[in-house]
Amino acid sequence: MALDDTKKTREFKVVGTRPDRPDGIDKVTGRARFGADMVAPGMLTGRILRSPHAHARIVRIDTSKAEALSGVKAVVTRADFGEVPEDVADVLDNCMAGDKALYDGHAVAAVAASSPAVARKALKLIEVEYEVLPHVTDVDAAIKPDAPVLHEGRQQETVPEGLSQNVIARSEFGHGDIEAGLKQADRVVGRTYRTAATHQGYIEPHACLATMGSDGRADLWVCTQGHYMVRNTCAAILGMEQGQLRVTASEIGGGFGGKTVVFLEPVALMLAKKAGRPVKMVMSRSEVLRATGPTSSTSIDVKIGMTKDGRITAGFAELRYQGGAYPGSPVDMGAMSGFAPYDLENVKTVGWDVVANRPKAAAYRAPGAPMAAFAIESAIDEAAKGFGLDPLEVRLMNGADEGTKASYGPTYPAIGLKATLEAAKSHPHWSAPLGENQGRGVACGFWFNFGGDTCVSLNITPDGTVTVSEGNPDIGGSRASMTMMAAEELGIPYDQVRTIIADTGSLGQNEVTDGSRVTFAVGLATIKAAEAAKTEMCRRAAMVWGIDEEAVEWEDGAARPAGPNAGKFPPMTLKEIAAIASNTGGPIAGHHEVNAEGAGVSFATHMVDVELDRDTGSTKILRYTVFQDAGKAVHPSYVEGQFQGGAVQGIGWALNEEYIYGDDGILQNAGFLDYRIPVASDLPMIDTVILEIPNPGHPYGVRGVGETSIVPPLAAIANAVSEAAGVRMTQLPMSPPRVLAGLQGKASA
Amino acid sequence: MRYEAPRRLEDAVSLLAGQDGAHVLAGGTDLLVKLRSEMIEPEMIVDIKRIEGMREIAAEDGGWRIGAAVSGAEMGEHAGLVADWPGVVEAAGLIGSTQIQGRATLAGNLCNASPAADSVPAMVAAGARVRIAGPNGMRDLDVIDVPQKPGKTALERGEFIASVWLPARGERSGDCYLRFIPRTEMDIAVVGCGISLSLDAGDRVTAARVSLGAVGPKVMLVEEAAEAITRRVLDEAALSDLAAACSAAATPIDDKRGTIDFRRHVAGVLARRAAVIAAKRAKGETA
Amino acid sequence: MSQLHVTTKINGDETEFLCEAEDTLLDVLRDRLGLTGTKEGCGTGDCGACSVAVDGRLVCSCLMLGAEAEGRDIATIEGMATGDQLHPLQQKFIEMAALQCGICTPGILVAAQSLLERNPDPSEEEVRYWLAGNLCRCTGYDKIIRAVMETAADMRRAS
Repeated sequence: MALDDTKKTREFKVVGTRPDRPDGIDKVTGRARFGADMVAPGMLTGRILRSPHAHARIVRIDTSKAEALSGVKAVVTRADFGEVPEDVADVLDNCMAGDKALYDGHAVAAVAASSPAVARKALKLIEVEYEVLPHVTDVDAAIKPDAPVLHEGRQQETVPEGLSQNVIARSEFGHGDIEAGLKQADRVVGRTYRTAATHQGYIEPHACLATMGSDGRADLWVCTQGHYMVRNTCAAILGMEQGQLRVTASEIGGGFGGKTVVFLEPVALMLAKKAGRPVKMVMSRSEVLRATGPTSSTSIDVKIGMTKDGRITAGFAELRYQGGAYPGSPVDMGAMSGFAPYDLENVKTVGWDVVANRPKAAAYRAPGAPMAAFAIESAIDEAAKGFGLDPLEVRLMNGADEGTKASYGPTYPAIGLKATLEAAKSHPHWSAPLGENQGRGVACGFWFNFGGDTCVSLNITPDGTVTVSEGNPDIGGSRASMTMMAAEELGIPYDQVRTIIADTGSLGQNEVTDGSRVTFAVGLATIKAAEAAKTEMCRRAAMVWGIDEEAVEWEDGAARPAGPNAGKFPPMTLKEIAAIASNTGGPIAGHHEVNAEGAGVSFATHMVDVELDRDTGSTKILRYTVFQDAGKAVHPSYVEGQFQGGAVQGIGWALNEEYIYGDDGILQNAGFLDYRIPVASDLPMIDTVILEIPNPGHPYGVRGVGETSIVPPLAAIANAVSEAAGVRMTQLPMSPPRVLAGLQGKASA
Repeated sequence: MRYEAPRRLEDAVSLLAGQDGAHVLAGGTDLLVKLRSEMIEPEMIVDIKRIEGMREIAAEDGGWRIGAAVSGAEMGEHAGLVADWPGVVEAAGLIGSTQIQGRATLAGNLCNASPAADSVPAMVAAGARVRIAGPNGMRDLDVIDVPQKPGKTALERGEFIASVWLPARGERSGDCYLRFIPRTEMDIAVVGCGISLSLDAGDRVTAARVSLGAVGPKVMLVEEAAEAITRRVLDEAALSDLAAACSAAATPIDDKRGTIDFRRHVAGVLARRAAVIAAKRAKGETA
Repeated sequence: MSQLHVTTKINGDETEFLCEAEDTLLDVLRDRLGLTGTKEGCGTGDCGACSVAVDGRLVCSCLMLGAEAEGRDIATIEGMATGDQLHPLQQKFIEMAALQCGICTPGILVAAQSLLERNPDPSEEEVRYWLAGNLCRCTGYDKIIRAVMETAADMRRAS
């Protein structure tokens, strides 16, 4: 769907500037209300009892002693939930175990009590009889035919004979002839890469406050990336109609994909129902790490065939991802995205979705892509270096462009990959000298970006203030961007517009805040809603002037006669039209509902310098530059912020973050002490270069940016460390013991 | 659970002696974590911060007596202490974050009896002693004799540490504490090394104490390492011998923070580096 | 089981409250006094989201008992602005987009204010090490560090 190009080439007045965000004052004063900041009269504390076993049959649960404890108002187990539709069956089982506990931390029961202390005591009084079963946490071990099996009968037909039932599905993408392509190569790099599971690491634990009346109508306050998703999922699980449950999104303290699913919410609602009182539930940090949605750990085989002048003749990857205890790892997205930056005649990826006794994986910023990029970009780097070729030149030579058939199927319209590579080449970072024990690495990355269901309602008050009601929680500053786009479209000052996140009673349906979709899709709907409002305001002006609607146009915040023949009327500003709205038919609004298509893909190139301490294997990040295509940067500061945030999450993933399970299947590092995310002193400034190759599918050319930024860092850093160490790193995280072992020539790094 | 904040030493002692499951609270940075995770369920918390002298740093016999409730941050702001024992001060200043240092104490770090405690190798290298208050009066103990095994100290029922004493520094002497952690801050030491040494006019080591943390069930004083450098100038050969002695003496385990091999190796690396810095400080050079 | 009665000063206001012995200062601020600006990110002193100043000293309120507040001066994020005048740090954070989701922001502001009170001219390294106990997952710290340093420069110029 090609939109009007004149919008993209015009001079923007608001879009592209850097105004203060509307929620800024609330957030710097502590006034903003997050998930755990809400209270209700008579509120109870809800707490969850969790399995201490990685895999166990739940033989019997006796809650009688807990129920008898003074102060306990409700106890819930799986028995309280009825049959649910198939598409939420796994979600329910994850929120409250049925006949098996499938991972350390799996919820098995819950209580609501008059205080946290009573709730803690009550949990201790719940008696659970477990039959402990053998467990498996490693992805390659879970595939073996003799591995302990989590689910019977879930394996899809795509999976060949002879593999464990833990292997759920096999997928394949690509085109051409790999074998022929490899034969054309002057050299083939073939390696296996492994990555550990990581967590999104949002600083705000999950929290919600549920209230249910005896009439079955309920209210939920929750920190989430999608309150409409919460409404729909909880309604399905509790057997309610969606209209009976009103969900209000609090401010959200980080999500990165981990809050696009529910964990506490159905349980809180069930407790509130049974207790007849509001129930507040807040996870501890240890619960967040044990029992929400980390990424997959992976094992990936890659083969790259390259000629001595740098042409990739074949690209192959086989990816094995464990998605935790239920089917649905993001292996397909890894398999589709890994080779996306390249124009290849022969490319093939095979993806395996595997289950293991770990918490169910949830999305983490470009789900599935960073691991695939780590493997593929490392192999390309090794092949290029093997011929003494410049890694940026090799990527330019093989880079995708407009008209390239992507490895995952579609043909690209205008894209920005080569622009990011050219920008990288000509940047001073690329030519800065390196010292002893220092190395430089580059890598490319890609994300699809999505559209999805979106509703926006734009309303004008009698004094001419504009309110934009949209349905996507603001995780990165999106309210500012919507405000800017509405102001731009209406031709009025930024301060005259206010954007709010409407509860589920106010709009029909909105896809979650994911897929880097909000600035694109909600922005597009905001622009369309503004257009609708302008049309209506022009109609009112026409009414006042007694001329035809078609003879009125909107410019610079006012309705004007279109052309000299329409009549000599002074322009009517938005404020003036708003003031007479009642007299000209009623209040003025514009709205737009769409399943947005036309999201533009976003490419990036990352460049990083590292320094190794050869005696300890420690890696220091010296310098980092992000080059990424944003299509059109609505608010450049927030685009930069996405680039920097994604890069730093990638740094943590590359160097230190990992889920550590013991042989007993128990998570050993369920806290911020030993699950090590980057701290301020670990990092330099993260420099950013925004490229703008407009997306044909958005009125202003906007592309999503939030996810691509986490895709290149794992490989860029691995390439830099490999360069500095003189040893190819194939396993993440590149923690000091691993790097040291590589330097000492021990076990493969 | 009861909370008491006595103002007199004797009252603190009777409270601790008279109640099963009574715990001392100074900075609380270990105690509250254990409380929250239900690792302990105290009957009573005895807050010692309001007892006279607990928050003071006083000169004594050429050295320094540090009250048990003095925080790492306060130590870092005390010019005299920093000048004499920069290694001990920097060790205390490495515990956790700025916020943790605003509360954490030497005594608390010691009594937590973690093999990886940051301040302990530095205190051991310095030859620090603690003064313990108890039902039988006051007694002094060398720091190294306080931890017995992970989570257990030599303190008897009703006893608590009232102060830590650092000896006089002496001429041409310096100390240093280094640790290895995967990030730059916030981690528990994978290996810790505290060295205190004295040099003669020819820069030969006349006395040395070398202490390792996180490579055994308790902090260790490695006499072989001290011998390896005594009466020598700290050249490459001496440092090599020092490193080898430390690596050999280390008895680490494999755990989520490090492997045996890695810890042994890094023990040697840190000892080298700490000795070089301690020597610079001994010579009055800025490290 | 009876509760403890504590008299303290919070953001300059004389305050009294009742609490259990095991309640942390963070629990008291949020659940008994309605001061929800201070956040719990981890409960173990590893993230800094609960940062407050006690008698001018930066600490984690999750590692302090409510009872310990007796007779002390507690400063939280709610006391950083004066009336409708934001503290220069708060203003600069908004201008320089030094926050995304905002959950770590109160802790970081309290910590940064504590730094600038002690050291009006910190280097980038000093700012980073001072703030190492304040985790941020959204920004990668870049704009936060810049905002603190620019505010320091502004405040030096103004004084």
